[in-house]
Amino acid sequence: MKMETEIKKSNQLKPNPSPLLRVTGLKRYFDVSKPLLNRLLEGKPRMILKAVNGVDFEIAKGQTFALVGESGCGKSTVANLVVGLHAPTEGAIEFDGIDMASVTSRARMERLRRRMAMIFQDPYASLNPRWRVAAIVSEPVRAFNLLKGTKAISRRTDELLVQVGLSPADGEKYPHEFSGGQRQRISIARALASEPDFIVCDEPTSALDVSVQAQILNLMRDLQKEFDLSYLFISHDLAVVRHMANQVGVMYLGLLCETAPADVIFDNPLHPYTRLLLETIPDVEMTGRKTAPVAGEIPNPIDPPSGCAFHPRCPLANERCRRERPELKMEKESERVACHAVEENRLEG
Amino acid sequence: MTEPILKVEHLRVEFNTRRGVLVAIDDISFNVMPGEVFGIVGESGAGKSLTGQAIIGLLEPPGRIGAGRIFLNGQRIDQLPYSEMRRIRGKKIGMIFQDPLTSLNPLYTIGKQLIETILTHSDMSAQQARQHAITLLDEVGIPAAEKRISHYPHQFSGGMRQRVVIALALCVNPSLIIADEPTTALDVSIQAQIITLLKRLCTDYDTAIILITHDMGVIAEISDRVAVMYAGRLIEVGNVREIVKTPQHPYAQGLMDSIPSLHHQAEQLTQIDGSMPRLTEIPTGCAFHPRCPHSFDRCRHQRPDLMETKSTRVACWLNENGN
Ligand SMILES: Nc1ncnc2c1ncn2[C@@H]1O[C@H](COP(=O)(O)OP(=O)(O)OP(=O)(O)O)[C@@H](O)[C@H]1O
Ligand SMILES: Nc1ncnc2c1ncn2[C@@H]1O[C@H](COP(=O)(O)OP(=O)(O)OP(=O)(O)O)[C@@H](O)[C@H]1O
Ligand code: SF4
Ligand SMILES: [Mg+2]
Ligand SMILES: [Mg+2]
Repeated sequence: MKMETEIKKSNQLKPNPSPLLRVTGLKRYFDVSKPLLNRLLEGKPRMILKAVNGVDFEIAKGQTFALVGESGCGKSTVANLVVGLHAPTEGAIEFDGIDMASVTSRARMERLRRRMAMIFQDPYASLNPRWRVAAIVSEPVRAFNLLKGTKAISRRTDELLVQVGLSPADGEKYPHEFSGGQRQRISIARALASEPDFIVCDEPTSALDVSVQAQILNLMRDLQKEFDLSYLFISHDLAVVRHMANQVGVMYLGLLCETAPADVIFDNPLHPYTRLLLETIPDVEMTGRKTAPVAGEIPNPIDPPSGCAFHPRCPLANERCRRERPELKMEKESERVACHAVEENRLEG
Repeated sequence: MTEPILKVEHLRVEFNTRRGVLVAIDDISFNVMPGEVFGIVGESGAGKSLTGQAIIGLLEPPGRIGAGRIFLNGQRIDQLPYSEMRRIRGKKIGMIFQDPLTSLNPLYTIGKQLIETILTHSDMSAQQARQHAITLLDEVGIPAAEKRISHYPHQFSGGMRQRVVIALALCVNPSLIIADEPTTALDVSIQAQIITLLKRLCTDYDTAIILITHDMGVIAEISDRVAVMYAGRLIEVGNVREIVKTPQHPYAQGLMDSIPSLHHQAEQLTQIDGSMPRLTEIPTGCAFHPRCPHSFDRCRHQRPDLMETKSTRVACWLNENGN
């Protein structure tokens, strides 16, 4: 039997002296109840959707942390929390050692926000159709007052357009004159405008064709090297994640069920959900790898299953899994897993 | 020798616009055999959906078939009057679209929609039709089909709705199903379930499927043969293994190489520079030549047709000598 203190210690992350981003106990609940009057009349209780229900992770400088998982598991909510588009219900977000909740001065907050940017999935919806590309790209420069004078701003805009593989002349055009891939380049140019060191990328290539995706992913990796950028990278395409990520977090119903270096997740996954998720990837390379669909439907997040939320779909579930929620525990050196079967050594293989 | 279920010969689809005639599909020909999954891939705007729409006679004006012929089971179908084509669509060709909601009526229970379709196209009794509907739902993996048959579309999840649409397409036992991006709107894990289902249906019912998608993973999992489209033309057609593993056309090669690998980690993904031309500015000769690393003089002036090689059929001058 292990000592209590030892277990405590082993649950903690490997101490990373100064990650760029540290998220601890992050929660975000949404009230999805009917209006009060209906609740009173129909006798319905308040309904709370726990979109993110206690998530911890860190991202080191210059690294990419990827979040994967099925639709609705809470990936975008985490992304929105990190960049401040949602306020956390509970938990802390530290950026470069500063607890974001402790920042009260508006000017100081703005200085921090400038260092974070976001790229969205839909390059069509996220660009204002009535603005010229130059205005879109330079918007953060003006919003954060980074440069004075139209000359300087337009020089910077040209530089940004060239950095993402467009030409200064493209600044005169409107978004509809560009293809999907080119529009995503415009979003990236805008994201780079405030010289951030951290970019949240929510499904940045999901709306693009593979050949265009390759161009964008290569560009993102080049920029990462050039500017020592850190990425929080969200995608449902696991091959893309493998290509981009250093660390991967697998989410299921608002919780992380496994986090580990990318190679470990892909070559030696422990959590039964991660294993099943990997088996669903179509075998594009036609290696003859066995593929199999995850059985069952994605559960209702308003009324999640008891115990381990994955138990209704899990081939290894037992009585304890139905009763008790597994904690995220340190397994190997850099791998954390929330699964009773792993803890009890019931995994085969 | 078995006859193809579908023959497409020199199909051309055009749009009359203010600026003149735009050619969106330019002289494509292919056959689909009974029980086979024929994949059509290519990037957005290549003309995949228009090809499907032309076959089932659902091109929206001003789009129209400008030339070519389409045969289903030996019968020419591209010139049929609307009512006759509608009968064929109901009875011989099934359709599955990306968004299951476009195929389902939100106001009726799924049972009513299934039963009505069965009654219109067969001479079953109402009782038999109901039983058949339940069997089909069961078949596509809807649990408790007897109960779910009286539910409305909105009471199902996205993946289950797509399964209902597949059941609806199967009602009449069609010899061909055209599936346009059937899994694109679905979650990864649900996508795998639908792929497995389609694969099984093909073998069980001997139904041919034209599977339109830009997802090479889905193609690799279930197609038998694949056609790659670029700027409204077929640039390579062959068995899925050859297309995926040893494509011959430089565009197909670029396409396969740009897929991130789960097994080999490369610093850089291979990319094809530039983008597919718009319909208004299709280059002369081989439409791919401005982006092609191997192009030579002839490519700029003369259009290559599909040519036999040892493995696939390829529209590229590099293969002229059949190697
Ligand atoms: N503003 C909101 N109000 C109520 N519920 C919300 C809100 N935003 C998200 N949710 C719910 O929270 C859960 C997590 O949503 P989220 O968008 O984070 O998922 P996701 O993992 O990004 O999914 P996807 O892969 O589909 O983008 C979902 O059940 C969603 O319906
Ligand atoms: N009504 C129309 N008028 C003019 N051009 C059209 C019209 N409808 C489609 N097109 C053009 O025809 C081409 C082929 O379109 P199609 O929908 O077949 O592409 P696709 O390969 O299915 O692409 P995606 O993967 O985006 O669905 C596109 O360039 C499109 O812009
Ligand atoms: S805790 Fe139990 S139910 Fe959850 S994944 Fe592990 S074995 Fe399966
Ligand atoms: Mg999301
Ligand atoms: Mg289409």
